[in-house]
Amino acid sequence: MSFINLREKIVQVKVVYYGPGRGGKTSNLEYINRKFSKQIQSEMVSLKTHGDRTLFFDFLPFDMGKIKGYELKIQLYTVPGQVKYNATRKLVLKGVDGIVFVADAQEAMREKNIRSLNQLHENLKEYKESIFKIPLVMQYNKVDLRDQGIPILPTSVLEQDLNSKLKVPYFEASALTGHNVPETLKKIISLTVVSVQKKLL
Amino acid sequence: MNYGVVSQEQLEKIDEILSEQLIKIGVDCVIIIDMAGNIITAKDNGASRYDVYSFAALAAGNFATVDAMAKLVGEQEFSLLFHKGTDCNIHFSKVDDELLLITMFGKHISLGFLRLNVVKALEQIRKLWTGK
Repeated sequence: MSFINLREKIVQVKVVYYGPGRGGKTSNLEYINRKFSKQIQSEMVSLKTHGDRTLFFDFLPFDMGKIKGYELKIQLYTVPGQVKYNATRKLVLKGVDGIVFVADAQEAMREKNIRSLNQLHENLKEYKESIFKIPLVMQYNKVDLRDQGIPILPTSVLEQDLNSKLKVPYFEASALTGHNVPETLKKIISLTVVSVQKKLL
Repeated sequence: MNYGVVSQEQLEKIDEILSEQLIKIGVDCVIIIDMAGNIITAKDNGASRYDVYSFAALAAGNFATVDAMAKLVGEQEFSLLFHKGTDCNIHFSKVDDELLLITMFGKHISLGFLRLNVVKALEQIRKLWTGK
């Protein structure tokens, strides 16, 4: 749930990057942190294991400037992707306003994407949210690996697997090079802001 | 109760309570957050500069983790959550199911004295909500 401070005119919005393990959620945030350092006043917080896997979440506060006199603060979070950490994923999803689903476009990851999306659906239900109603953007990450000869699923297959019912905006992306990372962010911010406006104002 | 929007009047009253009960006795910084990690209000003594947004995200996570641990050992909750440092200490307490009060204070305030004041502040804040 977003929070609006009427006195100081600040709107806080929570966006969560969700998806299977090693899919590039943290890399998305790291790229945003490097690229938009002017809009980020504090350091990115990462709670990870020694093996560099996300243990709890990453957190990056992002200032969007003013909309209608209100200062917009976007709080970006990632969840841990590993299957065993679902309890933690649920905690991070509490109060979520918008979600980026980061799918791994490698052929070998096809099933894991679907499983992770199904679990997101279940987890949202526990907070009485619906995957069909919450602002959501699909990101098909790692398409740059195609150039290295690694088998990558065609976008049509990914769309069929993950987005045939949801029909939300999607991007082919590479979190490593930054390809479509800012576009994904812009899309989810605009969808989320519109939805928050509808809900609260 | 909807925390999505808190009225200006409510916020001002909460700030007053926090100043009166906590900042006045020498607390460095006091924050009220919701369990999703949003800041409802933050007050400090003017001298401390904490990154309250990151702090709120971590504190909400921390509290949720401890809560989950409590359930694992069959407790409803661990009501006292306190981190002790050399120069700075942090005290967490639940306002209600959705809100947390976090107090950061130095070594010159005793934990007992702080807890007494936190309890007073919490009572007043709860009254403010239910009075609505």
